[in-house]
Amino acid sequence: MRVVYFAWVRERVGVEEEDVDLPADVATAGDLVDWLRTRSPNHAFALEEPRAIRVAVDRVHAQPDAPLAGAREVALFPPMTGG
Amino acid sequence: MAAVTPSIRVGPEPVDVAGEQAAACAGRSDIGAVVAFTGLCRDEGGQLAALELEHYPGMAEAEIGRIADEAVTRWPLLGLRVVHRSGRVLPGETIVLVVAASAHRAAAFEAAAFLMDFLKTRAPFWKKEHRADGSAGGWVAAKDEDDAATERWAR
Repeated sequence: MRVVYFAWVRERVGVEEEDVDLPADVATAGDLVDWLRTRSPNHAFALEEPRAIRVAVDRVHAQPDAPLAGAREVALFPPMTGG
Repeated sequence: MAAVTPSIRVGPEPVDVAGEQAAACAGRSDIGAVVAFTGLCRDEGGQLAALELEHYPGMAEAEIGRIADEAVTRWPLLGLRVVHRSGRVLPGETIVLVVAASAHRAAAFEAAAFLMDFLKTRAPFWKKEHRADGSAGGWVAAKDEDDAATERWAR
């Protein structure tokens, strides 16, 4: 599965995107954020405040309990500031 | 009556406000009201040199499309166009344009406000500041008041 990052989450992680093999116990968007936090100090810094992280699964906004089964692309980003 | 198909565009090109309004009305004589909301880049008292607009390609267009589709189910719109800039935007330039057309003004006013409230909180765009003095600018923070503005449309 591909994980993509935007704005300050991207800057803090240090990469725009990465391909990951999910452990079997990572089932939801919230699980993914918790698991990614353990991958490196940069990930831990970027995702240290879970409430500040928004998630989209296959380009649709998702809540932390959204299942990841079958997902191809999950995006993590801060609250949006368009318009 | 079939609902109109919204026009959605995201890109780095300057926004042609008059052209978009003309396009919303082209070839029809049943439109009695057009509301065009234009959001501009401010210079913040001379401190801002530019805004860098990052977006999520693919999702940005899709999410604006979902918001626009919701608007055309709520109001009897005869035209709806949304243009959002990406990349570097200078003070005075247009960041976002919403054009809503309807037979009577209430629908156009309300739909334009609805689009903007949801664009602010749901469309995947992020603004980074470039400061006029050359110092490092930060990411613009989301505002609680924008979330509150979105919640007023709940039903």
